[in-house]
Amino acid sequence: MEIKLKLNGRAVTASVEADTVLLDFLREKGCLSVKRGCDTSNCGLCTVLMDGKPILSCSTLAVRADSHEVQTLEGLQEEASDFVGFIADQGADQCGFCNPGFVMNTIALLRENPDPTDDEIRAFLAGNLCRCSGYDGQLRGIRSYLDSRKA
Amino acid sequence: MITIQNYVRAQSLEEAWQLNQNKRNRILGGMLWLRLGSGAVGTAIDLCDLGLDAIEETDEQFSIGAMVTLRDLELHAGLNTYTHHAVADAVKDIVGVQFRNMATVGGSIWGRFGFSDVLTVFLALDTYVQLYQGGIVPLREFIEMKKDRDLLVRLIVKKSPCRITYTSMRNQRTDFPVLACAVSCIGNEYRASIGARPSQATLTCTDNPGSPAEFAAFVAEHTPTGGNLRGSAAYRTHLIRVLTERCMTELGGM
Amino acid sequence: MEHPNYKAINQSVRKKDAMQLLLGKPVYTDDVTPKDALVVKILRSPHANAIVEEIRTDIAKKVPGIVDIYTWEDVPQTRFAIAGQTFPEPSPYDRLILDRHVRFSGDAVAIIAAETEKAALKAMKLIKVRYQVLPAVLDFRTAKDNPVLVHPEEDWFPPCDVGGDPKRNVIASACETYGDVDGILADCDIVLERTYHTKAFNQAMMEPFTTYADFDRYGRLHIISSTQIVFHTRRILSRALGIPKSKIRVEKPRIGGGFGAKQTAVCEVYPAFVAMKTGRPAMICYTREEAQIAGSPRHEMEITLKLGATKDGKIRVMDLYTLSNSGAYGEHGPTTVGLSGHKSIPLYTGSLEAHRFSYDVVYTNHQAAGAYRGYGATQGIFAVESIVSELAEQLGMDATEIRDKNMIREGMVMPAYYNEIANACALDRCMEHCRKMFHWEERSKVRDMGNGKVRTAGVAMAMQGSCISNVDVGSATVKLSEDGTYNLIIGAADMGTGCDTILAQMVAELMDCSVDDVAVFGADTDVSPYDSGSYASSTTYITGQAVVKACGELKQRICSIAAGMMDCREDAVVFEGKQVRRINTDQTVSLTDIAYQSQTCNNIAAESTAAHSSPVSPPPYMVGMVEIELDKLTGKVDILDYMAVVDCGIPINPALARIQTEGGIVQGIGHTLMENVTYNDSGRPVESSFMQYKLPTRQDIGRLHVEFEHSYEPTGPFGAKSIGEIVINTPAPAIAHAIYRATGVWHRELPITPEQIALSKID
Repeated sequence: MEIKLKLNGRAVTASVEADTVLLDFLREKGCLSVKRGCDTSNCGLCTVLMDGKPILSCSTLAVRADSHEVQTLEGLQEEASDFVGFIADQGADQCGFCNPGFVMNTIALLRENPDPTDDEIRAFLAGNLCRCSGYDGQLRGIRSYLDSRKA
Repeated sequence: MITIQNYVRAQSLEEAWQLNQNKRNRILGGMLWLRLGSGAVGTAIDLCDLGLDAIEETDEQFSIGAMVTLRDLELHAGLNTYTHHAVADAVKDIVGVQFRNMATVGGSIWGRFGFSDVLTVFLALDTYVQLYQGGIVPLREFIEMKKDRDLLVRLIVKKSPCRITYTSMRNQRTDFPVLACAVSCIGNEYRASIGARPSQATLTCTDNPGSPAEFAAFVAEHTPTGGNLRGSAAYRTHLIRVLTERCMTELGGM
Repeated sequence: MEHPNYKAINQSVRKKDAMQLLLGKPVYTDDVTPKDALVVKILRSPHANAIVEEIRTDIAKKVPGIVDIYTWEDVPQTRFAIAGQTFPEPSPYDRLILDRHVRFSGDAVAIIAAETEKAALKAMKLIKVRYQVLPAVLDFRTAKDNPVLVHPEEDWFPPCDVGGDPKRNVIASACETYGDVDGILADCDIVLERTYHTKAFNQAMMEPFTTYADFDRYGRLHIISSTQIVFHTRRILSRALGIPKSKIRVEKPRIGGGFGAKQTAVCEVYPAFVAMKTGRPAMICYTREEAQIAGSPRHEMEITLKLGATKDGKIRVMDLYTLSNSGAYGEHGPTTVGLSGHKSIPLYTGSLEAHRFSYDVVYTNHQAAGAYRGYGATQGIFAVESIVSELAEQLGMDATEIRDKNMIREGMVMPAYYNEIANACALDRCMEHCRKMFHWEERSKVRDMGNGKVRTAGVAMAMQGSCISNVDVGSATVKLSEDGTYNLIIGAADMGTGCDTILAQMVAELMDCSVDDVAVFGADTDVSPYDSGSYASSTTYITGQAVVKACGELKQRICSIAAGMMDCREDAVVFEGKQVRRINTDQTVSLTDIAYQSQTCNNIAAESTAAHSSPVSPPPYMVGMVEIELDKLTGKVDILDYMAVVDCGIPINPALARIQTEGGIVQGIGHTLMENVTYNDSGRPVESSFMQYKLPTRQDIGRLHVEFEHSYEPTGPFGAKSIGEIVINTPAPAIAHAIYRATGVWHRELPITPEQIALSKID
């Protein structure tokens, strides 16, 4: 089947099978930041934005992206660069495998709620698992970023 | 992972229903269970073009389209005002925001899953499903019905004056519930909707609840429980008493 | 000894790869390897113990896109072990690439090589296997001397004698005694005997096992793998495939976590075998399910512990017995078990007069266990710390004061720890610091919140080691570049911890340059100097000391080149970071000039390689305290606050050390409260996905707070010890203690579920 979508700002036309998963499609198109972590929709590593909303690309058919706009971290480098340095300062990147999904979902959070409380941050990011960092460093990083914006 | 041969975006409910009569075909909900099955689907039927992704509120009712996501439910101001945020409480611990941006009301309700917080909370409200062929059916009847090839079009929640509260017990914050509990008072009737028993939610109703503890004991007595990976039948029965009593107490304070 | 002020040590610099990771750059195995590699899939046994009587692959092979399918008939018959350990391994050689005898539900039956994943999965369903199903050993308590043998084969081979006997299902066994254990027990005012049970928890790193194999420009087997052990992997593949090590190259890119899981060559042999057979590149990516059921989880252990004390709380004697479940293969069975006693009992060196530590490690028909952070110490410390807290509670003593009274202190000899001396031990200061920081006195009180919930606190101490003494080797090569910067080449594997960065910090400190001036590469068997690998908490302590040595030698060489340039003797010059000066003169040559000089008519290589091993394994120490809110009716435990103070000598990078600690604490919370392992009838974990195996989310952990106490380890680089593993050891006993204080019930099996808490009666 042919699908037409906007991927990171570029119009893309591609031929996919009905059961091609968006995650695999995106990686095949060079968006290697999108990771496969769990196969059961539980980890959040595969988070991408569809029409601005964070979704799990592992559980989305590529055909469902037809006539929609998909963004991966490859297309949001500037927006990510705004705050990821603060995460890096905490050392909370660690193995990095959860980073793209976490960064994508943080972008979605801050677009929806530019001034979240710590609890709101935790709740919004609850679907992003991390095994290395213990989560608190990621929160400290976001908090430092938000504080720097107010200063 | 299931295999799918064809994908169609239905342009009408009739088209969707027609396609769905073929047993090899399947309606797509949020597809969160996509990777879990290993069967073969002929045609996957997408309802995304049918305008079923809206919550319409009138003075009398909420009309919730089948493609409304759990996240839409979570954030809908009107619905959560009416339900004292019980609907938000019911969905907010389901896996994550990304998951809830995809999971649909239709998928949750049609699935009649045991673990469903969504089913549990709506059962405690004055809820009806609208089926394409079957028409408008009270939710409490729908959950007893055998799965057929009809289409769930929308959920209707009548705005009867209502107090309701929702709680659940989970072993880990975003896990499936060990037990789900919604307690409501609509008119004179007190309802306890107990889900994740581990089977699907059941309703226990009475006009005469007595004290919260008495009502809780009554509900526990009338709600069969079972054991599974997340808990034993005995623990679930214990939880029914605890959570129902807490919900009733909270209801009393509303 | 006090630490001096450092320039680069004890600084929180960003990890060198931080921005690449946070911006989603393609740096992992599945990102850096060509897409046209064959997809490798494994058909796995549904039975716990079975013989493959017949296997028919003819129909499966006809599926379009299938290149080949291999069975036990196609593989070499040399047994090997996949454990990442120094040769000769303590692990028995008990595996074949594909064995006719399959020994756990999930064991490999066939290898499928296909052009696409879809084709491989389709073919997998068409492979016809007739199994002779055998009775299985599915309870490790019945394994020893069970008539059913997990390894009845004649060619089972133990490179080292660790007291194993496969005819009894025993992989290793030993007993050590110090002092008059029975006499002192008889003399004690109070004797407690308790049994503790911990399960086969899964590391659950975010990147499952992934390996790519192809051939390099010389036709050698080239492996790119998510591994902690490049050199061991090369040796393992050499033996398993029957090819010389000189024909194998193993390298690692960025790794998405390991925690010990990748200290075992879990999947490397499959794509390597396929590449050898087909001549084509091959790649395997384990699914999460495979990582959960055919990975390398923690050893299930049952620890029986007898403790004898005086009525004033002086702990005089401990007698600890561990029964460890190694699963279907030996791997890390013989080695993890030792830590259950050696890295728990010494915590009480202050008062212990005698101890006995004995163990059996058994085979069962479960998933083969492996290395997971803590490596046996975690299980032992859960037992020891729980029983000591129970003793305190029985005596009406404060749980921190009983530890003050009995704990190991700096300068003591540790009979239970190879008679090593605790040259650097700030455990007492960790306890005092944590007590104050946490407000232990107030928060340990049991407070009824009035809504069915109770708040209180628990405490635990921990130790670990730093390297495997007299075994682990770390190496470093430091090279000078012509812009006056350096290349650091290591064989240790950064799996996200940031060892690349902290080792660069060491170079920066020693060579008096900035951390940015040090480019790090690791690890590749063709390029890196030999390193045992990233495990046993050895990288900072051992590879770090190799860095120190290499920098020392490099400085000498730089000075030699400079002396030549200034036409004077080597001892007449001094290294000054960016230049070398002729002593007592203004004459200098810049580092850049020295580097260029080394490239023109030069006989002194401007680089140096050093190796290091240590005769000791100095323990880091820590104290953890946790405040919980427990719902007495539902049994739910909420972690409010977890505070810890760590003595790792000195944290080379405090930000990274803090994150390591926080990460370990959260893993510990996971296996204490919500990660569970239960089995179906075939002994396969039911928790085969993240849907069932529940990792803590960021809403499950409360607030974390970590601080450090410094000590000075004379044998460590800059006085440093390790931190990588100890961090997972305090949560289980600390939380179990808090739960006791809240409910009056001691829980001695992990995880402690809300149901167990709600439905337990006080003994």
